[in-house]
Amino acid sequence: MQNQAIQVTGLQKSYKELHVLKGVDFEVERGCIFALLGSNGAGKTTIIKILTTLLKQDSGTAVVGGFDVTAQPDSVRQSISLTGQFAAVDEILTGRENLIMIARLRHLKNPRQIADDLLNRFGLTEAADRRVSTYSGGMRRKLDIAMSLVGKTQLIFLDEPTTGLDPEARIEVWKMVKELANNGTTVFLTTQHLEEAEQLASRIAILHEGRIIVNGTLAELKKLFPPAKVEYVEKQPTLEDIFLAIVGKREVN
Amino acid sequence: MEVTQTHTFGDMGVMLGRSMRHIFRSLDTIITVTIMPIAFMLLFVYVFGGAIQTGMDNYVNYLLPGILLIAIASGSAYTSYRLFLDKQRGIFERFHSMPIARSAPLWGHVLTSMVSNGISVAVIILVAVLIGFRSSAGVLEWLAVVGILALFTLALTWIAVIAGLSANSVDGAGAYSYLLIFLPFISSAFVPTASMPPVVRAFAENQPVTAIVEAIRALLSGQPVGNDLWAALAWCGGITLVAYLFAMRVYKKRV
Repeated sequence: MQNQAIQVTGLQKSYKELHVLKGVDFEVERGCIFALLGSNGAGKTTIIKILTTLLKQDSGTAVVGGFDVTAQPDSVRQSISLTGQFAAVDEILTGRENLIMIARLRHLKNPRQIADDLLNRFGLTEAADRRVSTYSGGMRRKLDIAMSLVGKTQLIFLDEPTTGLDPEARIEVWKMVKELANNGTTVFLTTQHLEEAEQLASRIAILHEGRIIVNGTLAELKKLFPPAKVEYVEKQPTLEDIFLAIVGKREVN
Repeated sequence: MEVTQTHTFGDMGVMLGRSMRHIFRSLDTIITVTIMPIAFMLLFVYVFGGAIQTGMDNYVNYLLPGILLIAIASGSAYTSYRLFLDKQRGIFERFHSMPIARSAPLWGHVLTSMVSNGISVAVIILVAVLIGFRSSAGVLEWLAVVGILALFTLALTWIAVIAGLSANSVDGAGAYSYLLIFLPFISSAFVPTASMPPVVRAFAENQPVTAIVEAIRALLSGQPVGNDLWAALAWCGGITLVAYLFAMRVYKKRV
């Protein structure tokens, strides 16, 4: 077994006139959380779509889980799960039915048991038999991620997993992502929030104008800046700190 | 191909189960697909029917084939609507990043359309019997009618697939169906074509609905079917084939 979960070399992709990816190279080690940073429209989703076999690149190669995405797409699909940018859940089905459906499509034994376990793990047991259209944004996202965990694939893609979530739900998603990585799953996530990458990722790459301009651990990225100057500043709590302090009280038990 | 092929039918089954749940959980689908054609049927039989000379003594017998086609045309629009939502909401991306047969999500919708249109056709025939529809058709004739209707459903469903995959808005996805629902009115579905002005009549007599309606009507009333049967089959088969090929092209390009 090789050590790389993902190897990308010279990846290029254009949409008509728009040259989105101009030669992207990076590698992702097994078992780490890799964050791809970039502003809106930088091409993060395009990279995810190529790596998950939804889109064909114009040139360059991408190897995912040891398989080439263009030559062996079926083998790639066996080893990955995708949680897209918009919660890809079936709103008319219940949470439980969504999970059972995915388990059946992955041809697993005991789909009901798998669904029950995941509902329990994600705190959705109470809402399990309600239609997803009645779920809050945070619950949908949790179900969405739970659906990606059906079948325990080695590699999970999360495209902007916390976009549109309130701070509490975001922290919960972070916790889940960390748990995944602790269990040995490789996580590839994209985000616009620098804080998210800082919180989660063991490796961070920045995509800018079609290329990866920086790639390294947080410590390595910090070295790129001039040494820190020591200043004394009165620490003001951010509004988010205040919000979480007030709302979080209910949670303490 | 690799492992995925062996599960094609199982995957289609899961997809069929999924969209059948959609149908039974949205009441308006059931209402539009069955209640509207039934209302049309009652309107034509009890309001307009008395003034229409068809040459048949029982107007329900004359009317039923056209009503069934209208029901299937409006029912197929829901296929394009559901397909559009799947495409837009990203659940198609999830399916396509999974190791399942590529065409399973699409076939799930097509099979659902067949089953749900079958149910609504059965309900409408039942109501027709209640208001006086009688048929002298034997088992073979009924089988032929079921065959024509199934092929007609398949043809319209593949058109619906094209519309659903190419649409840019929910409203656009089902818009084509108005044309299809309208076609039976310019045919021999409700009135004989003899009373129409020459141009309209020429159109009515040479468009698919007339051939299909005439074939079903002849089969149900025990008349000789003649060329209408072959014309009906040729129309349905031809439309199915062309629409299928085109739909698969759009599917591969869009998804």
